[in-house]
Amino acid sequence: MDRRKFLQTSGLTIAAAGFGISPWAARAADAPIKVGVLAPLTGVVASGGKEMVEGVQFFFEKQGNKVAGRPIELVIEDDGSNPDTSIQKARKLVEQGKVDFLIGNLLANTGLAVANYVKGTGTPYFIPIIAADDLTQRDRIKNVIRVAGYSASQFAHPLGDWALKKGYKKIVTVGQDYTFGHEQCGGLAQVFTEGGGQIVQQFWHPLNTADFSPYLGQIANMQVDAVFAMETGADATRFITQYASFGLKGKIPLLGAMNATDQSVIRTLGEECEGIVSAAHFAEGSDNPATAAFVKEYTAKYSKTPSLYGFSMYSGVMWVSKAIETLKGKLDDRSAFIDTVLKTELDNSPLGKTVKLDEYGNPIYDVYIREVKKAPNGKFWNVPVETYPAVSQFWKYDPATYMKQPPYSRNFQGIKKT
Amino acid sequence: MGMNAFQLLNGLTFAALLFIVASGFTLIFGLLRIVNLAHGALYLFGGYVGYTVAVKTGSFTLGAIAAMIAVALIGLALNQGLLRFVRGNDLRQVLLTLGVAFVLNDMALVIWGGDSFTVPIPDALKGGLTFFGIFYPKYRLFVLLVGVLVLIALYLLLFRTRLGALIRAGVDDAEMVEASGINIRRVFLATFVLGSALAGLGGMMGGAFLSLYPSADSEILVFSLAVVIIGGRGSLLGVAIGSLLVGLLNTVGQVMFPELAYFVIFGPMALLLAFRPLGLFGKAT
Amino acid sequence: MSNITASPAIGAPRSLSTGAIITALAVITVAALLPLMLSTYHLGLATEVLIFGLLAMSIDILAGFAGRTSLGHGAIFGVSTYVVVYAVMTAGLSPLVACLLGVLAATALGAVFGLLAVRTSGVYFLLLTLALGMIVWGICLRWTQVTGGENGLRGAIRPALLSDYRAFYWMVLAVTAVLSLAIWRFVRSPFGLTLRGIRDSDSRMRSLGYDVSLHLFIGFTVSGLFAGAAGAMYALFNSFVSPSTVAVSQSVEALLMTIAGGVGTLFGAFVGSAAIIALENIASSYTERWQTVLGVTFILIMIFAPEGIVGTIRALVARLKH
Repeated sequence: MDRRKFLQTSGLTIAAAGFGISPWAARAADAPIKVGVLAPLTGVVASGGKEMVEGVQFFFEKQGNKVAGRPIELVIEDDGSNPDTSIQKARKLVEQGKVDFLIGNLLANTGLAVANYVKGTGTPYFIPIIAADDLTQRDRIKNVIRVAGYSASQFAHPLGDWALKKGYKKIVTVGQDYTFGHEQCGGLAQVFTEGGGQIVQQFWHPLNTADFSPYLGQIANMQVDAVFAMETGADATRFITQYASFGLKGKIPLLGAMNATDQSVIRTLGEECEGIVSAAHFAEGSDNPATAAFVKEYTAKYSKTPSLYGFSMYSGVMWVSKAIETLKGKLDDRSAFIDTVLKTELDNSPLGKTVKLDEYGNPIYDVYIREVKKAPNGKFWNVPVETYPAVSQFWKYDPATYMKQPPYSRNFQGIKKT
Repeated sequence: MGMNAFQLLNGLTFAALLFIVASGFTLIFGLLRIVNLAHGALYLFGGYVGYTVAVKTGSFTLGAIAAMIAVALIGLALNQGLLRFVRGNDLRQVLLTLGVAFVLNDMALVIWGGDSFTVPIPDALKGGLTFFGIFYPKYRLFVLLVGVLVLIALYLLLFRTRLGALIRAGVDDAEMVEASGINIRRVFLATFVLGSALAGLGGMMGGAFLSLYPSADSEILVFSLAVVIIGGRGSLLGVAIGSLLVGLLNTVGQVMFPELAYFVIFGPMALLLAFRPLGLFGKAT
Repeated sequence: MSNITASPAIGAPRSLSTGAIITALAVITVAALLPLMLSTYHLGLATEVLIFGLLAMSIDILAGFAGRTSLGHGAIFGVSTYVVVYAVMTAGLSPLVACLLGVLAATALGAVFGLLAVRTSGVYFLLLTLALGMIVWGICLRWTQVTGGENGLRGAIRPALLSDYRAFYWMVLAVTAVLSLAIWRFVRSPFGLTLRGIRDSDSRMRSLGYDVSLHLFIGFTVSGLFAGAAGAMYALFNSFVSPSTVAVSQSVEALLMTIAGGVGTLFGAFVGSAAIIALENIASSYTERWQTVLGVTFILIMIFAPEGIVGTIRALVARLKH
């Protein structure tokens, strides 16, 4: 990393030397914009963290490491996949590094810890990956904005609707037993049961469950129309592999949370992942020209198809950069900065569609229903099969009414009693 | 929905994997008095090496052999290069292996990145068998078979060979063995290398159905610790019984008491350790 | 207690000489002046050094003076953190009451651990405390209604009086100074001397008529109390707690600090905690491989300086004197 730092610094010096405007304006214009990036470079989700950093670097490199005429200085810190370390590193970036804003974090608990910290400091904090619903709902913090991110239940709502349209009557859910899992399962369960479907059972397992066979054994005998799996990372890999090896693949349709079939999971898998259906704003196998171009460029540079992590951070810094352009590089007024980001509409992202934030700081997307299919290179990727336009985190509910119901948890899944 | 034959098989196959990993652990603990906290890292490293070789050559067997050799070599280096400096001091040895685990895990992250990998299963073992109305994956039954084979091989080694006799004597009283003119250091070394190789084999076997990813090491280590604590150090019977108990308790916990999954395994273990510190079959030194 | 001939821990303080008092006062004065020199970030690190130093010291009570190395103290520490955050955020208690409850909970947990662990020693003690720590971690992870599960609990819990980072540091310094003096007194008390006797030989102490189990039990409980005090301060410091605070890695890190500073040196705990925290924060700025750096450092300490930093320096000084 020191080499990278050196390159950045020397790049800055050259960039700074190229400027010759009046001394007063020059100070603001020349001074680098310091971007604090928090990503898990060690620990359970290290590969996702690496791709997060790649996404950020990829974008700024394409901009010549300059936004609104000001050079960009990236300060990257490893959050260790650990909330305590995350707070420590956030302090370091804010208090020592004097960064203009923070962006990043992958695991919900690390993001919530940092959000709690910046609540006190007022530092703008952007979270393209952290999906905890309440950060843009009931416990909203003004300076925490989910640029290019999504809230956990946002895409599970349309997936529940799609399952109804597909004629499924009975679904069993398997989910990681923490907020992210509760929220995704809850989103699906609420829409699915309100439309007349039935959630037969919900299995909750701890993160990093080595062996899913006890659950799969029960599912095999359950007579359900589909299984919804809310899995991430290694759990997703294991669930999908074991689902196939127990002969359930092809027998009971498998629906997944978008993370379960993200590239970060399926790029090391074979045909056992084929046919899984999920819902998301991004599909690397989309034929939208902007998406296809991004996937091609990214693949050429990093020799792997971009995952949610690379894509989200790329689009996230793009979003913030666009706001910085609007402000002509002046970031001293934090509330103006935050307001501008909230008002910014992103039109040139790899999604190929204009995206804007709702009034709670969460984006509204056209959501794809995606299916895992074989890509031309023999690996697998997600291809859109249907689109739900303009889906907000509140689905079709009225925001105020929606937020009156409790947040999704193990005890509240929004399941309609029949 | 309670326990049935299917869940019993799940518990048994998991127990077989635990046995492969923990038998190496207990041999080292029993004879050398080293609780090798890098054992989980050796498991993970073995899995990664096995995965790489299996993907490159297309042969599961070659992958397994490579995993065992690679990890045996790491074990050799660990024993000869580091542990020899702290011999005779149990705690320093344990803590040193903890440092080694840090380094090995970080190195694995550098070499293989943090993606989860699943060791490819040979075609012959793909799919499942149906018997007594249960559909069960062949590969898991294969793991069960390998577990039993390792048990038999270790039994033969320990009770039918001279090396085995020395190891058993060493577990009971290493000084006595040394006093009778045997170079106990070589027996130690052989045991350490053998135990490490078993961790490598475990990584390969486990990598195909539990997959490999950062932190898989500490998960398997914790299970192995539980097995050895319950069974008692250095006892082959102990590790077999311990694996069965932990494997079955794990399944029971997940199926019947999902909220208390950890308690179901570690609760009985803590109680056992408090009242029978040497485990079910452990002997006092 | 004249029948105790056990040699004291390496360089353990035996008497309160004038020199020692002057050194202690000098160190505390310098520490108290730090806020005038350091940036907020560095002062934050200094605060953590004190908190974790106290935790490492509580481990040293057992490791250095009773010969029992614990890998479960992270859990005791973290339970206090959980209780404090929960008490303020959910039960709405005042931070002071919450801290007292936190310390009480940790002491009680220490007593439970002690009750189960007194019959073991050596590696088995290590494994048992590790297992007990795992159980606590499992409960914090899975008892979602109370602990918030994986995401933990958070909120602003620091009282307004201490919201300033300097004021908070001074509070932590004052508490830590008083408590470490208490620990120092404790290990030098007749009770502490008995613990040392147990460390050197349980069987001899038993034959001399001491109740070894009772002494170890009390020792563990007292150690839990101090670990709990550190955990309570950590709660105020971070206003956040999650299962990683009670995880095994927390116990490992705290033990690393004790060992790096020097087992049986008590005050070495602060040197160890400063060394490890500096390593984590400074090394991570230069390399992504800071875990390797940490691991290698640990291996080197085990091989070349098992007495730890302070222990090694003391040994050198002693050699120079003779």
